[in-house]
Order: sequence, then structure tokens, then C-alpha cells
Amino acid sequence: MQLDANNHERFIYHFDPEENDIEMATKNLEIYYGKNLAMQNADIQFKKNTITALIGPSGSGKSTYLRSLNRMNDGVATVKGQILYEGVNINQPGIDVYEVRRRIGMVFQRPNPFAKSIYDNVTFALQRRGVHDKKILDEVVETTLKQAAVWDQVKDSLHKSAQSLSGGQAQRVCIARALAVKPDVLLLDEPASALDPVSTSKLEQTLRELKPNYTIIIVTHNMQQAARLSDYTVFFNLGEAIEYNKTRKIFTRPKIQLTDDYVSGNFG
Amino acid sequence: MNRSQKQSRFAIAVLKGIAGFVVLILAFLIGYIFITGLPNINWRFLTAPAKAFSSGGGIGIQLFNSFYLLILAMLISLPIALGASIYLNEYAKDNWFTAMIRTSIEILSSLPSVVVGLFGFLLFVVHYKFGFSIISGALTLTIFNLPLLTRNIEESLATVPDDQRQGGLGLGLSKYETIIHIVVPAALPGIISGIILCSGRVFGEAAALIYTAGQSAPALDFGDWNPFNIDSPLSPLRPAETLAVHIWKINSEGIMPDLTKVSSGSAAVLVLAILIFNLSARYIGRKVFEKMTSMD
Repeated sequence: MQLDANNHERFIYHFDPEENDIEMATKNLEIYYGKNLAMQNADIQFKKNTITALIGPSGSGKSTYLRSLNRMNDGVATVKGQILYEGVNINQPGIDVYEVRRRIGMVFQRPNPFAKSIYDNVTFALQRRGVHDKKILDEVVETTLKQAAVWDQVKDSLHKSAQSLSGGQAQRVCIARALAVKPDVLLLDEPASALDPVSTSKLEQTLRELKPNYTIIIVTHNMQQAARLSDYTVFFNLGEAIEYNKTRKIFTRPKIQLTDDYVSGNFG
Repeated sequence: MNRSQKQSRFAIAVLKGIAGFVVLILAFLIGYIFITGLPNINWRFLTAPAKAFSSGGGIGIQLFNSFYLLILAMLISLPIALGASIYLNEYAKDNWFTAMIRTSIEILSSLPSVVVGLFGFLLFVVHYKFGFSIISGALTLTIFNLPLLTRNIEESLATVPDDQRQGGLGLGLSKYETIIHIVVPAALPGIISGIILCSGRVFGEAAALIYTAGQSAPALDFGDWNPFNIDSPLSPLRPAETLAVHIWKINSEGIMPDLTKVSSGSAAVLVLAILIFNLSARYIGRKVFEKMTSMD
């Protein structure tokens, strides 16, 4: 099926900002790699303290979209349009991009602990910002590792290398590391794709427990995961958001045929 | 056995033979040097000053000079190589300027060391009037060493997965912080191996030093460690014949009666040192990696 980017049906749910607390939103976003338009038509709002899943086939633009939310596409792609974080457009000159990334943390596809101890992995960003009080750092380590549900496994080996951990534990240490700088939003780019099913289910449980305090946006290629985990789901295809709705609706009564085809596995 | 199996076995046998031949050459060389050289090595030989006309001279000063020059050359070249390789691997865009730097490094690394030595002679010894001295030698060795070290470090940096950089940036760190505090430490095992391997090459270098660090080893006062005194072992302005230059010199113009003994002994020490450098490079690199990635 040939798709015309601007001439097919789309359904994007819109929150009323009067009644909902909107943590992040994008407006008129256009992402270019060189001169190629890779991503457009994605006016999405992310409600505070919810989990939103971004799904779609490979190359649909979901990761590109996610990475632009905390300006990780700087120097990689050209991002036009508005990215609103707590009502402020962070996609404009003069915005402190480092501060943006502290407020909007990111966890990556493959666990990427630094070649440092578990303790230093978690506290590194704080130490770079001048926090050296051992009491504060100890507390951050314990709190964030507990939040990431990995404290019990690593509490006796905090000063051992984080690169010796198993994939699932390493990924949770990476989550703790992201939490240590006290973000409001957590972006996760297929965080479970390198994990086994047991670690994956633990990771999902961890994210559920984080939900009351964080706004979580997760890219996943695993539709069961999106269905199990998220409150809202965006379906991306060919560089645009096709459908955005409550997860339950996306998976039971999608409004767009394309979404239906994708979630029921009749795609392509 | 069918035809392609026969062919494959034959090819493997030939390749094994070639590989074995290379090992054999190395074993023969090292064996010969050690068998003729090792019996001449004793503590006195390793510490006594050389004698020009009578027998019984040692290589103490030459050995010290070799290490001192190596350390100085590394102290000068390491920061430059580190900076260059970080620029090339982390910052440089793929354009003509970068291509020019890379080509320059490649040409520099393929320059014959005797040419580098003569260049060092003209520039440091004659033009800047440093004379035949440690500092002339160290600067010349830097020119010789820089391209190798830069490439070694750059390769180590390139093996650090990109997600380490992403991880740093994702925490709100600047690119510079990420490189210095995350990427370089992650590349450290490779960088250390590279430094030790380059040390082996520098340690054995003769041609670049003959006209720069000089061919004489004046007596040193090992009780005087003030680098500003010309008799001090640390003085950068004194001439300093290294072990490799010593071997070349006594074989071309030596007149001491125990010439062969001194020469083969020196050669054995030199080869032994380089072997230690090469073997320890992998070992130390692996140990550092294990220390950084293991549970204890």
C-alpha cells in the first residue's frame, strides 16, 4: 500500500489542558536528516505521571521522535517546531540543553553502564555538578537503586564495576543513574530489547512503580509490552504519528485501519 | 575425501607452514641473541660505565639514558597524541581538513627514522642550539613516536561503544565531560597497551638518536639529581648515548678488546627489554580491563 504522507486518516487524541496536567507536548514538529524529512505530524501531549508507549515498525520515526524530546538529536538531525516541557518551548536557542537533559532523563536500548563502580555510575552526574557530600551521595545511591528495584542485588557490591552486572541489573542501574539527577520525565528507547523475559517483566514492574512520580515515555517494538505497561499509546508509521489514544482503545478498537493492521499483525 | 576437501587441507597446510616459518625466524633470532648475549650479563655489566679502550666496560649509563629518554619522549608525546586522537576520533568532521590530518599522520609514521633523526639534528641540535642532548633526542623521538601513539590511542577510543557517549550526554553532561570522564577511562586498557607498545619501539630506536642525543655517554654523578647540573643524570642538556646507539657505535667503530661480548650482551638486554614491553602490554592492558569490569 502506497501512503501519501499528508493524505490519509490520522487520529490524535487531544487532552484539555484545563483539566489535565500536561508534562510535555510537541507541536508542528519536523525532523530532518540532512534534507530528508524523517518525522512530521506528531502533535502529541504527554500527561503527567502516565506511561506512554511509542509503537510502530522499524524506521517509523518513533526513536527519532523520542530522542528529540530531550534534544539528543542535536548535531544529528535538524528539529523544527515546538517541544514543550512544562509549557516552555525547549527547542529554541538560549535553552540550557544540559538542564533539559537532566530534567528529561533517558535510558537506552542496550544497557550502557560506564566503566566505573556501581556507586560512581549512579553518582557521577551529581559529582560533576559539584555534589561531593558523601552523605547526600550515599542517600541518592540507596534511594535510586531502590526505585530501580536493584538495591537488594547490588547493595553489597556498590564499589564493584557496573560493567560486570547482568544485562537486566545493568539496565536497572542505568535507570537509577538517570533518576539520580532528579528528572521529571523518563525517556526509554526500547529498554528491554536486550533483556530476557524475566528481566523484562521485572523492568516493567519497576516502571509501573515509578509512574506515580515520573512521566514515562517508552519506545517499544513489543506490542504486548505496550499493551501491558502503558496508559497511552502512539502508533507511528512512515515518519508520522498515525494514532494516539488510550492504550486500551488502540489495542481493542483502533480508529484507524492502519493501526488495526499493525496491532493485529496484518501489517505490510 | 573429495577434491575441495583436499584443496582446503593443502591450503591450510601451506598457511600453517608459512606461519610456522615466521615463528621460526623470530625464535632463531631471539635464541641466537640470548645464547650469545645472556652469559655476558651480570649486575656489574648492567651498572658499570662503558670503557672505550679497555675491557670490562658495562652499559649502566646507556641503560639509564635509554629509560630517561623514553620517559621524556613519552611525557612530551603523550599529551599531544592524546589531544590529537581525541580530536580525530570524537570531534573531527569528515572533511578535507580531517583527511589532511590523517594523511599527514600516515606520512609521518612512514618516514624513515634516519630522516627524522637528521631533521631533528638540523632543527634541535643546530638551529635551536640544543646540541647533542637528551632534549634534542626526546623531541626527535616525539616526532617519531607521535603518529604511532596517536593512531594507537585513536583506535582505543574508537572501540568504546557509542552508547557510552550517549549515556553521558543523556545525563546532561557536556560532550567534553563525557569524553574526558567516560570515554577516555573506558578506553584506558587499550591506551595503556598502546603506550607500552610504543615504548618498545622508542626504546629500541637508534637511527633517530645518533645525530640528536649523540653517541657519547659522559660519566654521570648519580649522587646529583639536580637537572640543572650538567653532570646530573637528569640534565636534559647533556649528550646521552642510548643502548641501541651504543650497539651501533661499538660495532662500527669500537676498539675495546671485549667488543663482541659487550655488543652481544647489550643486544640481549635490549631485546629482553623490548620483549618485556611487548608481553607486558597485553598483560597490563588486560589486567586494567579486568579491574575495571570485574566484580572485585
